Amino acid sequence: MANCETCKNKLSESCFRELEAFIDGLEDKNGAVISVLHKAQEIFGYLPREVQQFVAKKLEIPVSKVYGIVSFYSFFTMVPKGEHPISVCMGTACYVRGAEKVLDEIKRTLNIEVGETTPDGKFSLDALRCVGACGLAPVVLVGDKVYGRVTPDQVKSILKEYE
Amino acid sequence: MSRYKMHVLVCGGTGCVSSNSIQIVENLKKYLKENGIEDEVQVLKTGCFGFCEKGPIVKILPDNTFYVQVKPEDAEIIVKEHLIKGRKVERLLYKEPNTQTAIDDSKHMDFYKKQMRVALRNCGFIDPDNIEEYIARDGYQALGKALTEMTPEQVIEEVKKSGLRGRGGGGFPTGLKWEFAYKNKSDQKYVVCNADEGDPGAFMDRSILEGDPHSIVEAMAICGYAIGANKGLVYIRAEYPLAVKRLKKAIEDAREYGLLGKNILDTGFDFDIEIKYGAGAFVCGEETALIHSMEGERGEPTTKPPFPAESGYWGKPTNVNNVETFANIPVILLKGADWFSSIGTEKSKGTKVFALAGKINNVGLIEVPMGTTLREVIFDIGGGIKGGKKFKAVQTGGPSGGCLTEKDLDTPIDFDNLVAKGSMMGSGGMIVMDEDDCMPSVAKFYLEFTEDESCGKCTPCRIGTKRLSELLDKITKGQGTMEDLEMLKTLSETIKDTALCGLGQTAPNPVLSTIDTFWDEYVAHVKEHRCPAGQCSALLQYFILEEKCIGCTACSRVCPVGAISGKVKSTHVIDQDKCIKCGACYEKCKFSAIIKK
Amino acid sequence: MGKIKSLEELKQLREQYKSKVDIREKGDQMEKMILVRVAMATCGIASGARDVMDAFIDEVANRKLDNVVVSQTGCMGYCYAEPTVEVTIPGKEPVVFGEVNKDRVKEIVDKYIIHGELLDGIIPVTHKTVDD
Repeated sequence: MANCETCKNKLSESCFRELEAFIDGLEDKNGAVISVLHKAQEIFGYLPREVQQFVAKKLEIPVSKVYGIVSFYSFFTMVPKGEHPISVCMGTACYVRGAEKVLDEIKRTLNIEVGETTPDGKFSLDALRCVGACGLAPVVLVGDKVYGRVTPDQVKSILKEYE
Repeated sequence: MSRYKMHVLVCGGTGCVSSNSIQIVENLKKYLKENGIEDEVQVLKTGCFGFCEKGPIVKILPDNTFYVQVKPEDAEIIVKEHLIKGRKVERLLYKEPNTQTAIDDSKHMDFYKKQMRVALRNCGFIDPDNIEEYIARDGYQALGKALTEMTPEQVIEEVKKSGLRGRGGGGFPTGLKWEFAYKNKSDQKYVVCNADEGDPGAFMDRSILEGDPHSIVEAMAICGYAIGANKGLVYIRAEYPLAVKRLKKAIEDAREYGLLGKNILDTGFDFDIEIKYGAGAFVCGEETALIHSMEGERGEPTTKPPFPAESGYWGKPTNVNNVETFANIPVILLKGADWFSSIGTEKSKGTKVFALAGKINNVGLIEVPMGTTLREVIFDIGGGIKGGKKFKAVQTGGPSGGCLTEKDLDTPIDFDNLVAKGSMMGSGGMIVMDEDDCMPSVAKFYLEFTEDESCGKCTPCRIGTKRLSELLDKITKGQGTMEDLEMLKTLSETIKDTALCGLGQTAPNPVLSTIDTFWDEYVAHVKEHRCPAGQCSALLQYFILEEKCIGCTACSRVCPVGAISGKVKSTHVIDQDKCIKCGACYEKCKFSAIIKK
Repeated sequence: MGKIKSLEELKQLREQYKSKVDIREKGDQMEKMILVRVAMATCGIASGARDVMDAFIDEVANRKLDNVVVSQTGCMGYCYAEPTVEVTIPGKEPVVFGEVNKDRVKEIVDKYIIHGELLDGIIPVTHKTVDD
């Protein structure tokens, strides 16, 4: 999640300054968009329009190009994540061991779809491709915490830990 | 310096770390210290042992004791009983699933008996963060040999002679690829390591980077010497934080020891490595797409030729190999091409790492000689199907691969045999499926994946995969027609023939490899609106059998939508209008009173 | 750590670091190894088994015997003769030595482990282990 404690998803001046310092410190700006966006997402937690415009200006490339890259790669997100981002592994190993049912149960419980955040900002939901803990399939991550061999009826008690 | 009498190796791979293995290391150290024997027993975290099913794994040497599913609180008993008194902790030993006998020496485990570890030689054996242990295991000797005793031509010749083929998917001869890059003259060339493991369900590259990062550093330097490049780049997924961390440390240590940087081993050869982060795009496993992504562009592939060997990163000759391919290089140079080519089949030499997953007893990472049969992998090493169910199919090659069935079990696995059977080696994912898995749904799963990951550049892939996944969706909902099945076939053939890159060309494979073998299953969905495997929820209904229900209320308590009613000790009923077919009641019932049909 | 200047230097380093992993490498080829097992239950330790084990480890290292593994085991039941040590040469029956001390360690390594000659103080093995 966002490193910058003071922002909390607000686009504060100091976050922009941190990003600016990173960009100015680059040896070679040529081809650096992706690493700059990685840094930006680390700072802001997500990549809203304002941040994309800022990156484009600093790197002297069109905003459309930055947007093209942000929308191409699944790692980049344009919506803020919840306080506790939930990721359900939908790799093949988890899929055949019932990850879809777990995902459905989370969707139902939180009443949000994949890629969305709950209205109170507490949880966001993502499906991701293989965290590589296939022995624990199906796997659910809440923040950095890994839950293995999850069944649909465990979902409620897992979410309860964060209330 | 005190000499350690015993070593305790704790798996520090992602799977085991997820189950708290780091805490085990800390607890072991704490209890050793409390008992005053911290100078006698060395505790180490290593890379992946491959036996992920039973993680976290703790191995004790020299007596080869193999403890499974160890919890942090078990550290105390391991120290007090095993390390102090020499008595093995029986309940933590691995038990062979068929006989239930405890195995006290990992040498006797079926899981390891048929394996041969070349690429994974150091995984689970050394501390990946310690360059000295890598050196002790002949690390960097191959680089030294190449730089001082061999010409670049000789290195290339040796790799060619070994018969090593690319482990990332295509199986292109590695030596030949090096030769192309070598022959293209340029002031600047690049060596790229493709560590953008995008195949869901394959994690060998991550495990090698986590467990033996120096082998990749060394191999890239050897490749650099062979083709005439002094710059290496590793393109790695940002989703692999542990692998990134260990690789970074390996690169820094190698620099400090003078094994990267200027004038390596005083031979005048310069080589250094930089890490580039991917951002999650399956297509970036394709080498031209990968190169564009490293240049900061959208990771879209371009037609070949020109091959990267002529015009790659920033237009310079570039050699791209994947992690597992590189991991084989140092061994080939040290033990010789003849040794390497003595392993495997006529056209596929050496070993291959597979990530075994799905409905199998021993989920994990295994390495076997090419030519081992699927039966040996699934039943001997993998321990057979989970819960005694019937084997149905094994999916190899990830989203680009296909499904192999019962009749293919005795086929020796190599690049060409798998392609002949309508699948492919891919990066080595192997997902085992049992009688409860529905083939049209599996095909749909993969097509949804490729639809999602299609970069959108060419029409056959962008629109074709979408249409395929729509058709499959229709079929799995029981709304398909026989024309749809025909359409599925012809559309698949068209995409295969016309898509721009490997992703699109292989995207229909999950359909093509299942539609003939499991034709009846597809037809059942269409004509009878029935899912024979009982997986497609739209075609299912759950019922409670009156004669078996004892009224324990377990099902009604677990039902998320309150669709089950009934009093304690009397038969329960499912309201079909409310039921969302999640199957929670089916899983929960201890009396087999709930059936689905 | 300074930079390694030559392949020769790298090879020297490898020899120097070998000891870091040799316990593991030996464990990997256990079936070919001569196994020395020191009984390290409470009574063994009380009679000095720890020193005996150290002495074995030093002796094996000093003589560069890379086919010998020294490990510990539980009580063997010969309490009257502690510290006891069991030596198994591949293909031969295990032999148990009783009342081992530092001097006896040298003797056992010299005569039995290196040359296969038997010496005094052998305890007759009175039982078989389950996996035999």
